[in-house]
Formats: sequence, structure tokens, C-alpha cells
Amino acid sequence: MDTGMDTVARPCGNRALLFETGSADAVAAIVAAVRAADLPEVTELVPAARTVLVEVAPGSGLDRVRAAARTADPAAGRAGTGVLHTIGVDYDGADLQLVADTAGIGTDEVVALHSGAEYTVDFCGFAPGFGYLSGLPEPLRQPRLESSRTAVPAGSVGVADVYSCVYPRRSPGGWRLIGRTDVVLFDPAAERPALFTPGDRVRFEPR
Amino acid sequence: MSALHVLRAGPQALVTDRGRPGNAHLGVPPSGALDGPAYELANRLAGNAPGAAALELLGGGLRLRARGNQVVAVTGAPAPVRLAGRAVGSHTALYLPDGAELDVGAPVGGLRVYLAVAGGLDLPAALGSRSTDLLSGLGPAPLSDGDELGVGPRPPTLPAYGPVPFSLPVGPLRLRVRLGPRADWFDDPRSALTGPRWTVTPDGNRIGVRLDGPPPRRHAGTRDRELPSEGMVTGSVQAPPDGPPVVFLADHPTTGGYPVIAVVEPADLPGLAQAVPGTSVRFTVLG
Repeated sequence: MDTGMDTVARPCGNRALLFETGSADAVAAIVAAVRAADLPEVTELVPAARTVLVEVAPGSGLDRVRAAARTADPAAGRAGTGVLHTIGVDYDGADLQLVADTAGIGTDEVVALHSGAEYTVDFCGFAPGFGYLSGLPEPLRQPRLESSRTAVPAGSVGVADVYSCVYPRRSPGGWRLIGRTDVVLFDPAAERPALFTPGDRVRFEPR
Repeated sequence: MSALHVLRAGPQALVTDRGRPGNAHLGVPPSGALDGPAYELANRLAGNAPGAAALELLGGGLRLRARGNQVVAVTGAPAPVRLAGRAVGSHTALYLPDGAELDVGAPVGGLRVYLAVAGGLDLPAALGSRSTDLLSGLGPAPLSDGDELGVGPRPPTLPAYGPVPFSLPVGPLRLRVRLGPRADWFDDPRSALTGPRWTVTPDGNRIGVRLDGPPPRRHAGTRDRELPSEGMVTGSVQAPPDGPPVVFLADHPTTGGYPVIAVVEPADLPGLAQAVPGTSVRFTVLG
């Protein structure tokens, strides 16, 4: 299916569609359009890097989801729509020097670049509350570690590819770690268990 | 206090209910009972409202003692049940007087046994569910010997009349699938799935079941391509480049980076969740 913006709808069983697009902005536009349609049959709406997964309740059709996605307008932009979170960071991560060396700059410049940018929560995954934060300045866009750590401490702030992240809890991980925070990213007992929701904005502040 | 005292937890005893769907965008798996019909039946037999927290026992092996008079029901994979040392039936309501001990043995077919108690297990919920999620660590920890499980107030309804019939699967397990979303990454995906006879491997868990058989081959255009992580539904048949497919169950990661060749019909997943290692599997492609 062509939604008029280079989007393909791929079937996932008969209760879900995976909309594949060309950009993060198009992903955000489809999420906004499906959300705006306020369809009661939609049970899951999962943005990812280049796709949006929409699942509906058993017995429901997907026609209204297709129609809603067709109204997506990537030109509408997505800046300034979500909640802004400011997160205090101790920039003393195990890979801070590696990130500085790879970028060919000093560690203080890494801190200035990382904390000077505003990020958008593009999508969540990998672990509850783990957000993929886009907006990373160019010199910090670096590959993952050659081999991932078996245990990254909760609150670790990392960079990989075009994203930054905060690890919500102790877990394996291969992102380059530049700092840590005490902010609780995920609390299952809280009314809103995850701090980050796709579309939110994030700033990091050196402590 | 009305409770169940766990004398022996067995290989893996988890609290379960209908899970926490609707949170995939936060990275939270749906979780919940893998054999949904068996779980729902246990609650119905115990007289509970749908959705009450119950137990999912992998391989049976549970021994517990009633604190206060209890009504329980054991369903799912057929397993020997003993009450105060005497053999009793599964798939029916059982009355446990205060202090009585109940034993659930190893299933004689299938893997997962469900035990509901009238009133439901009274445990804290996370995101509206009491299900243990083994991937992300949400919900109550797996049961340990000595645990005391609180039981909620007895429902006003009587336990359902029983026992009810149940069946054991015979022969190869048939899984109906629909191709996609990434079937176009593979050479002749239909034949790659329906041609071989697959076998359930022993390393499956609540996250997914790995099938032994020839890995579906990618065609030249996608052989060296990477797929950015994308959302996945329960039942996705993910085909990594160097290994046989994995069918994702309720505790699956919400996103994944390997192409999904097909999706198993939801109605066929309870059967897969009950398939013992070595079970042979045939895929049928719908549509």
C-alpha cells in the first residue's frame, strides 16, 4: 500500500500492520495520525527506527488503521510536542575517553556536545523504559563496542549509532558509556511507569 | 490469613494472568499465560472472575498447603494431582480444607500446568498485571520453597460444575502461519517453512520456542542487509541469518532486528507452548 509518502504497509498476521517508512519524521507522523484517529480497536502502537507497528483487538479489521495512516503528514514536524525531561549526569563513564578519542576531541568537549543538544525519544524497546534518543551531535555518532558488556549498571548514559540512551536497569549492553544518572527510568509501581514515552524531549545536564 | 503455603515450588512456578498488553511502546512485553484457554478454564472451574491471578507450573512438581479452607482447580497439561496423599482429578474444582496438602506431579503430556485458587492470588500488580515477565523482570519473582501466597476474598459464585474434558495432542503439531512482514527477504518463503519437518528444541522458554531445521535462505538482495529494529507481535517467526527460526511467545522483546518471515495464528500458540522438546512441527501457510 502507498500512503503517499513512500510508506509500505506489511502484514503481521491478520491483526497487525507494520508501516515501513523512509525517515524518523515519517514514523512520528504515522504515530500521530493513528493516535489522532482514536480507534478503540488499536491495542498496540509501536514506533521504531523506520517502522510503526499497529496491532488491533481480536476480531477487528485493519481498514480503519490503513485509512488513518494515509492521513499522516510528515511535513507537520514533531518538534516541541512532547514532555521535556532534564536529566542530571555525572560524565565519568567507562568509555568517555574512547568516545573523545574516536571523535578526535577532548572529554570536556564530549560533555559539552552531549549536554548541549536536545533529544527526542524516537522509540522505546530492548528493555522496559529504554528509549532511543535521537539528536546526537555528529562527532558522537559512533559504533557500539566490539563486544557488549554482560552487565551495565542502571542509570548508565550511553551513545551508539545516531542515538543516546539511559539504561533503566542493570542489563547487558554494548553502547559506549559516557556517564550515569540517578533518575529512575522505569518504576512498575508508578502511575506512569516509564519516564520516557515516544515523542518526549530530553536534555542532559552535567552535575 | 487465607493463603497457599508453597512447600515445594518445582522446576518453575510463575504467577500469571492475562498479562499487560498495550505497553509495547514502553518496551514492555505482553506477558501473561502462555496457554490462555487452560488458564481461563482454571479460573472458571475455581469460580473466579476472568483475569484472576493464578499459577503457571512448567513441568508441575508443586506441593502446597492450604491456610484456611480453599478451592483450587488444576488444568492445562494433564498431571497427576494428589490431595492429602490421595489421587484426585485435574480439570475440576477441588476443596482443600485448612492444612490440607496438594501435590501436582509432572505432566504426562505437555509442559504447562495451571492452578487457580478461588479468590485469586492477592499479589501486587505491575502495569495492571500480576504476571511474571521473565524477559524484563516485571511482576512477582518465580515461586520459591516456603513462599506464602495470599488469596483474595472468595468470589460469590460457586465453582463451575466439573470435571471437564481435555485432550492430549497426538502426532506432529500443525502451526498455521501468515507470511510477512519480511517474507520478501527470503528465497521462496512458503516452501522454506512448509517443506521441512521442524522439531521443538529443549532451549525454549516463555520468550520463544526455537525450532530445529534448515534455516530459511535469504536471497542475494538481502543477504548482507541489516534490518533496523522494528516492533514484533507475539507469534512472530523470526529467522536469524545463521540459525533456524524462533517463534516468539508472550514474554518476547517488543522490538527485534532480525527479519520475521511469518506470524503464527494466535489460536495455535497455546499448543506450541505445550509442545515438549522433540515435538515435530509442520507449518501451514494461510492466504
